[in-house]
Amino acid sequence: MVLLDIRDLDLSIARGGELLPVVQGISFTVEENETLGIVGESGCGKSLTALAIMGLLEGSAVRIAGGSIHFQGRNLLALAPVERRRVMGERMAMIFQEPMTSLNPVYRIGDQIGEAILQHRRMSRKQVHERVLELLDLVRIPDPERLIDSFPHQMSGGQRQRVMIAMALACDPKLLIADEPTTALDVTVQKDVLELMHSLQTRTGMSIVLISHDLAVIAETCDKVAVMYRGRIVEHAATSALFSNMSHPYTLGLLGSIPAHDQDVEWLDAIPGRVPTLDELISGCAFHPRCFAAKDSCRTVDPVAAAVAPAHFVRCHFPQGNST
Amino acid sequence: MLVYALNRTLTLVPTLLAASFLVFMFIHLIPGDPASILLGDAATPEEVAELSRELGLDEPLWTQYALWLANVLQGDLGTSVFFREPVLSVIASGAETSILLATMTMLWIVLFGVPIGIVSAIRQGSWVDQATSGGAMLFASVPTFWLGLYLILIFSVGLGWFPSSGFPSLADEGGASNLRYLVLPSLTLAAPNAALIIRLIRASMLDVSREDHVRTARAKGLHPARVAIKHIFRNALIAVSAAFGFTFAALVSEAVVTETVFSLPGIGRLVVQSILRRDYPVIQGVILIIVVFYMVINLLVDLAYASLDPRVSLK
Repeated sequence: MVLLDIRDLDLSIARGGELLPVVQGISFTVEENETLGIVGESGCGKSLTALAIMGLLEGSAVRIAGGSIHFQGRNLLALAPVERRRVMGERMAMIFQEPMTSLNPVYRIGDQIGEAILQHRRMSRKQVHERVLELLDLVRIPDPERLIDSFPHQMSGGQRQRVMIAMALACDPKLLIADEPTTALDVTVQKDVLELMHSLQTRTGMSIVLISHDLAVIAETCDKVAVMYRGRIVEHAATSALFSNMSHPYTLGLLGSIPAHDQDVEWLDAIPGRVPTLDELISGCAFHPRCFAAKDSCRTVDPVAAAVAPAHFVRCHFPQGNST
Repeated sequence: MLVYALNRTLTLVPTLLAASFLVFMFIHLIPGDPASILLGDAATPEEVAELSRELGLDEPLWTQYALWLANVLQGDLGTSVFFREPVLSVIASGAETSILLATMTMLWIVLFGVPIGIVSAIRQGSWVDQATSGGAMLFASVPTFWLGLYLILIFSVGLGWFPSSGFPSLADEGGASNLRYLVLPSLTLAAPNAALIIRLIRASMLDVSREDHVRTARAKGLHPARVAIKHIFRNALIAVSAAFGFTFAALVSEAVVTETVFSLPGIGRLVVQSILRRDYPVIQGVILIIVVFYMVINLLVDLAYASLDPRVSLK
């Protein structure tokens, strides 16, 4: 069953009196118990998409300019703020990139986790305490009885991210949005946290939207992948289909930038150039200035998403790979 | 915490010693001596010399300081040249007014400064914010004596709501209702300091509201008011608490002006009059006590700081 259904989502940022589009025409669905990975370089709009789904754009310069976000059949964009808050942290929760700064420094972690429970559930203090201990145990924090009274600064980055996960899971959400949850962590801790998220998913049946710039992380953990470039999904497919038949030159470029552990190379195959800034106008395909396969038509005509295989969409005039 | 407080109390001693030395020396730099001021223009040089000897003012300055310091260490601040009474009891007579005035002022600062600061941070850029920011700017830049005179003009002379000057003790006829004498002076004193607190709370709340943990709090689905108070204001308070120490220092100097404008029998006015009378022992005594107060307040601020921020450990 479809849990999250996003259609033609447009996000714009107000800058100097004009609205610049930052995310354009994004569409994807997430089924129950499924993991969708969104991958792309910094500035491609993946985090903003996550914040838009969660309802955290309020107070920022970014506005939802069009489209719809349906969650459990309801259009979240049409909900009153009070209704929206009932979904946030209850049926939908989010963890962030920076575990070091994402916890309030002045409150004990037990109270911070408990706050999410008290907000949405009628429970006594004792029940909340029990539930927090249970959650800390669930995210494999050693000695929960002692750590429940710790302040964030007394914990390591990995422990804090576990606390963030515990907080997100407090009300058994249907959807967990994880925005670069392992980027700020050591490699060994990264693996633990990803494994933890996976095992929690198996246990609770929740869906996950995992945002990362790391294709390797996505490959290991996701059922479906959406590759984003400059505010658009340029390739979208099941993980196995994508990795067996990468079609967009940008996706290939991302893969080429991953250092292989078994090879000693002087230079990585980085994608040349950089993500263009928002106010740079690019005619045709937005990726053409950096694309190795660009031809004349790429400079003038913006490609539309087309299927190279069933359920495998690519926004490119000259898809690579073994198209069928 | 207790060890820290004790250590800090011990460091008071050298600071006080230095302060007392400076105060003593600077006062004697003021031209004119108490004996001739006390006796008036008609006094003969012999009479002045006689009184000087009586007051111990003919001794060398070093000897005077040493004698004074030795007495202070025994809890004796000396005798007022003008009142011919122990300095401690002269100060005590002004203490009631000053302590009540300071308390009432702090009350206004917290009562007005904190909620207005919070509202202008939450409603950043709105007309409420613009109005309070403008008002705060105005009150912070207007001199206290000017504000005091205008409050008297409007609320005493014009509307007749509050008395314009003086303060009978709470023990006198009228009892607690005598506090109305302090309403205008305390408002005068509070205005610039409340303005400062408003600006400070607004600025630090806006800083905190951009931090990641606030986003986490919002992601829990908390009501915006709860996020603002429990998460943003609580963290902003850490920076604001440090400013309360400075506010006290500002209060002391502004109280001198305010007590003069409203003719309040407080310590501020006592200092001004004692300077005019060259009443050295009183000036020295008052300033010494103010220094002690200031240091104690700062110690309390540091202790409050540590209890507000779990990351701070006092050593």
